[in-house]
Amino acid sequence: MTGIISTDVLIVGAGPVGLFAVFELGLFDMKCHLIDILDKPGGQCAELYPEKPIYDIPGWPSISAQGLVDKLLEQIHPFKPDFTYNRMVSSLEKLEDGSFRVTTDENEVFEAKVVVIAAGGGSFQPKRPPIPGIEPYEGKSVFYSVRRMEDFRGHDLVIVGGGDSALDWTLNLQPVAKSVTLVHRRPEFRAAPDSVNKMYAMQEMKQLAFKVGQVTGLTGADGQLSSATIKGGPEGDIEVPCTRMLPFFGLTMKLGPIAEWGLNLHENLIPVDTEKFQTSVPGIFAVGDINWYPGKLKLILSGFHEVALMAQAAKRIISPGERIVFQYTTSSTSLQKKLGVVE
Amino acid sequence: MTKLTFIAHDGTQFDVDAENGSTVMENAIRNAVPGIEAECGGACACATCHVYVDEAWTAEVGEPEAMEEDMLDFAYDVQPNSRLSCQIKVRDALDGLVVRVPERQG
Repeated sequence: MTGIISTDVLIVGAGPVGLFAVFELGLFDMKCHLIDILDKPGGQCAELYPEKPIYDIPGWPSISAQGLVDKLLEQIHPFKPDFTYNRMVSSLEKLEDGSFRVTTDENEVFEAKVVVIAAGGGSFQPKRPPIPGIEPYEGKSVFYSVRRMEDFRGHDLVIVGGGDSALDWTLNLQPVAKSVTLVHRRPEFRAAPDSVNKMYAMQEMKQLAFKVGQVTGLTGADGQLSSATIKGGPEGDIEVPCTRMLPFFGLTMKLGPIAEWGLNLHENLIPVDTEKFQTSVPGIFAVGDINWYPGKLKLILSGFHEVALMAQAAKRIISPGERIVFQYTTSSTSLQKKLGVVE
Repeated sequence: MTKLTFIAHDGTQFDVDAENGSTVMENAIRNAVPGIEAECGGACACATCHVYVDEAWTAEVGEPEAMEEDMLDFAYDVQPNSRLSCQIKVRDALDGLVVRVPERQG
């Protein structure tokens, strides 16, 4: 464990609403640290539909989802937020002095005076493939990511999927594993053509096997895989012996550990009041798609409104007793200094 | 109005009136058909509105485009008549269309 990271506000989720929260909090001099399970900012906008246009961002008749993320990053740049990627917040506890201790799935510890949950539809997690009876093998011989390539040395490996993750790991693990079989529903791939060509070349040289079809069953005992059944291919039903499997079926959103943080929930959403967007625990706020209140609309623009009001309430917690002056960025010299647009 | 029929995995039938130009997914959501999740809201980005088109209708409905075919890789138990319902637009010629909801969405 490394040292504790302290910040004014810890924001869980770096999607558009989490990013804009940095702006509104920054105007009140609050320093933010964002944690996201993805390897980049932008949340669903960046992960699910970066190139799709959004038509209901005020002032932008049409902007691509990634374009919006890029603009938000530019807008919050003056406030120098810190980012921690590839991490899921696993626990959240309130300390005696009213601040919060937050721990990630890699055991990093953060302390913050205020926590803002901007987790959208929850955390992106690898999608469990549609293979009946896969659960007992998970974490023992079926893995959804490669943490150490060495873990696959000497194994008969089946990789399932047709995207870049599946192809990249097929190529990278081929020299390490005893054998590699790639399984995909069809001969066309979503992955980069270059990787696909390399894979086919290696198949020609019998360095790996590629099977068209879907994995429909697993055989093994005590979590240890011994073979996989593949159906739907030109060879009919086949049995491929294997001791490790890596399925890459994309990501899905799950509420995850948030459910265990002691907050009141309403159908997997976090109820908040509409003045402060505070949860049932004072000092923890929830904004964007993850929150719920009467009339809630899951729109990015609603999230932007929510963070502006939330920032006022957060300031009262972080600087108790200090008078909050409402100012416009257009006319306030002090806000413009913070934004770095005047000396 | 164009008539659509959804058959949920438990066999429950939902007959709905759909506006031309809307997507089959939108009509499932509007009529609370169980088993259609549409996590991404119709952006062809999640494969959680997967349906099986009734065999009598596959020719009229047509084949998925490349992007949809890519997304179908993420769906559960993909069959030759699998489609993502957010990518099927309702039109006169689809009056009477029957689609079945799979056991689960991914």
